[in-house]
Amino acid sequence: MAVFTQTVPRDLRGKLYEINWAFVLLVLLVGLIGTGMLYSVAGGDWQPWAVRHAGRFAAGFAVMLIAALFPPRFWMGLAYPAYLGALVLLVGVELMGVTVMGAQRWIELGPLRMQPSEVMKIALVLALARYYHDLPQEKVSSLGGLLIPAGMIGAPVLLILNQPDLGTAVLVGATGAAIVFMAGLSWRIIVGAGVAAAIALPLAIRYGLEDYQRERIATFLNPEADPLGAGYNIIQSKIALGSGGFTGKGFMQGTQSQLNYLPEHQTDFIFTTLGEEWGFVGGIFVMALYALLLANCIAVAMSCRSAFLRLVVMGITTTLALYVFINIAMVMGVVPVVGVPLPMISYGGTVMLAVLFGLGLILGAHVHRGAEPPKGAGLFG
Amino acid sequence: MKRDKQESQAQFNRRAVLLAGLGGAAFAGLGARLYSLQVHHQDRYRVMAEDNQFNFRLQTPARGRILDRFGEPIADNRESYRIVLIPEQAGDARAALDRLAEFMDLSEERRERILAEIARSPRFQPVEVAEDLDWETFSRVNLFLPDLPGITPDVGEVRTYPYPQAFAHVAGYVQAASEEAAGDDPLLLHPGFRIGRAGVEAAMDERLRGAAGQLKVEVNAYGRVIRELPEQSNPAVRGQDVTLSIDASAQRFGTERLAGESAAAVTLDIASGEILSLVSTPSFDPNLFVTGIAADDFRALNENEYRPLFNKATTGLYAPASTIKGMMALAALEAGVMEPGERVYCRGHTELGNRRFHCWRREGHGSVDLHEGIKTSCDIYFYEVAERLGIERIHAMATRMGLGQLYDIGMHIPARADGLVPTPQWKRARRGQPWTTGDTYNVGIGQGDMLASPLQLAVMTARLASGREVTPTLLRRGATDFASLGLDPEHQERVHRAMRAVVHEPGGTSYWTLQGLGVEGVEMAGKTGTAQVYSITAAERAEGLREQDDLPWRLRNHGLFIGYAPAIDPQYAVAVVVEHGGGGSRAAARPARDMLKDLIERDPAGRLPRVVAAAGTPGEG
Repeated sequence: MAVFTQTVPRDLRGKLYEINWAFVLLVLLVGLIGTGMLYSVAGGDWQPWAVRHAGRFAAGFAVMLIAALFPPRFWMGLAYPAYLGALVLLVGVELMGVTVMGAQRWIELGPLRMQPSEVMKIALVLALARYYHDLPQEKVSSLGGLLIPAGMIGAPVLLILNQPDLGTAVLVGATGAAIVFMAGLSWRIIVGAGVAAAIALPLAIRYGLEDYQRERIATFLNPEADPLGAGYNIIQSKIALGSGGFTGKGFMQGTQSQLNYLPEHQTDFIFTTLGEEWGFVGGIFVMALYALLLANCIAVAMSCRSAFLRLVVMGITTTLALYVFINIAMVMGVVPVVGVPLPMISYGGTVMLAVLFGLGLILGAHVHRGAEPPKGAGLFG
Repeated sequence: MKRDKQESQAQFNRRAVLLAGLGGAAFAGLGARLYSLQVHHQDRYRVMAEDNQFNFRLQTPARGRILDRFGEPIADNRESYRIVLIPEQAGDARAALDRLAEFMDLSEERRERILAEIARSPRFQPVEVAEDLDWETFSRVNLFLPDLPGITPDVGEVRTYPYPQAFAHVAGYVQAASEEAAGDDPLLLHPGFRIGRAGVEAAMDERLRGAAGQLKVEVNAYGRVIRELPEQSNPAVRGQDVTLSIDASAQRFGTERLAGESAAAVTLDIASGEILSLVSTPSFDPNLFVTGIAADDFRALNENEYRPLFNKATTGLYAPASTIKGMMALAALEAGVMEPGERVYCRGHTELGNRRFHCWRREGHGSVDLHEGIKTSCDIYFYEVAERLGIERIHAMATRMGLGQLYDIGMHIPARADGLVPTPQWKRARRGQPWTTGDTYNVGIGQGDMLASPLQLAVMTARLASGREVTPTLLRRGATDFASLGLDPEHQERVHRAMRAVVHEPGGTSYWTLQGLGVEGVEMAGKTGTAQVYSITAAERAEGLREQDDLPWRLRNHGLFIGYAPAIDPQYAVAVVVEHGGGGSRAAARPARDMLKDLIERDPAGRLPRVVAAAGTPGEG
């Protein structure tokens, strides 16, 4: 395999030469679409969303490019401290978080307002990747090899569930599970866990969810039962998408969005506006952009020499894919409304930075795909 | 080690491809879903989006005006600034009202009333919060509308009556439809819409009402109107104006002339049957009813002894008393039972069996013929006339003259206001007793069971004056070719001369009180009447004959007067009833004369110059 013979570029010029520019272009395109949609959603105004979105995207874009230049060893060294830091922040949310719409998700650090759960998404990926990078392959399915990752995943998931933020908890849990799977967990255990989950899920729904989350699921199953209440969003979103038709109503012509029938049209329901104004053609185009990006990511993962980079890329790719899938599925009424944004298109600061930083890691993995950092000596090695 | 590494890389790649496949499948599923929504079902969702985007707002039609014969508005519309609340869009109605109360006066009591109304009406139904707001308050609320979801300003029209007291009974008034009446008609349910509830407003409601329109509007999710699309809307059709025959000046004059009395007056244009005034006093302010009258105010009106809410002109029934004597004389001449020169001796009373019938003049009139009988209103003469005629012939003539029947004049008159000209059959059915000559005597002087409304008396007067079958109307229609009653002109002439004598000859019952019409060269004719309300008993009389003035108001006699002018070629007829006003000449004759005089002077029918000239020709009288 020729891939393994590749040398790792050491200087900046070499690294820039190795940057996957097609990937960068895809990211840029998605960000531009996001800016355009926020311009439209504001009724043809840069304020209040489009201009700030563009600014954040530019900043995140720079972060992405810079992150791509750091060698894998740097991230490996940062993995555990970052994970612990994110965990501390999550506990901090418990203690001093800002309550927004009944959920504690934000923490204020001076002028910054951030969502520790977004930080955790990346930190968990790095930490798990590092853990499996260090772990001998044969120990992946051993009891010790199972319990430590389970703890690493379980702690943040429980903290996030407690905020409560079911959507992010599911995302973080699923991302963790994907890494464990990619690390080579035996199928026997996977099937066993699947059966156990099938039994545990109804119980979890019964006892583990808040009332409003159960209500959302009930509403999801039958939105027409409460058309002016909880089912309103889904119904209006489906009307908006459906009425968009094949080619859409045109830029800034989406009556559902422009007349405020869509709630949160600048964040979670931005894809609805897109589908209403650009129709099936626009929706499929954006989904294709994401699909291309994600396929690109998987190709990067498969080209990486080290387990650490492979797992980091797959972890972040999984998170991104889940973001995109859950958001689009949600606005189309396929899954319950759980408050997951559409990466780089929805309005929102922390998520944008987290996503672009994650993409920066993938970009960096491509640049450093030939690198093979040594296995560490232990947790803090 | 190297093999192991390669093996794990291969396993990773297999699993990565597996995940990629799963992801691809998931994305394909989403694409299919998108296709289903946007391509397969797009028609359905287009309709739903349109339903969201567009709404039809009911446009209430402007109500037609009610005009007098010269186009002067009797019922008009003025702009009214209203605030309505649409519960569906307001969400929490109480919170919406609390917010609204920051910008306008909204008492706690009123809020509770509105909330109660919201509770019993459908969610989409606008509920009126305030009406008739001043401009300042209205514009303040408009300014803060973005903070007031579900609150909608509305410029409506509200009915206004410029001369409320004078026209209350003619025009009637409008009110919001009752819940039963409204049913599920969205127009009737609209808080700004009023329907006619009395008078012409009620009778002509369909014409005045117009037709509702629909305004297509684009609304946002909060129900705020973003855009109106008048080109895709049906505008409301304004109600038609109704032009009445009423002469607003005459109406106001009559109302003022009878102010302070409990009275009714009707004036007619004899040639057309058009009612020129239809007065009932005291009156009330119909404007109070439009926006909802306070319970106390209503009670005060309803319990007033003078019955201001009751339209005495069309619905009040009174014994016509001596006002029918002209008609009685005509009947006698037509039947040939009385020669014009034939005299009857009046000594103040007459015996019938063992009953004594009195003349109003206790000392008697002496020997009277037909002319004097009418002029002096001698009861004894008309007992004789009645006896010779018999009740059947009296009934026939009274009916011919328009008594005992209802008229469709363009406003509602209750069926019970048809009056009564009694017959033997009626008495048997009603009382189970046979008719007696005494009954005929009583009917002969317009007493007993005989009842007529002021409107009927005016019709009788017009028929008597013209010899034509005049029928009254409140609607403008112009001169009408009424059928002749087929009366002998000579007979008519005799009665006309006698009725002229009532006013113009010494000894006439109104000679001293009226002394003519008061218009140079024009004479009038008339007849007084006094309807007994309470019969002073023999015992009371023995104690020293009690005067009418000694009786409490409600027991005093009704005063009546009918008249027409000019005495030759009559144009205008009048009938006045003053409840408990005492003798007819005293209470009713002067207002009646003044109203006739006003008509002659102003001549609303516009035919008089010719007539006034004719009145001057010699050889008449």
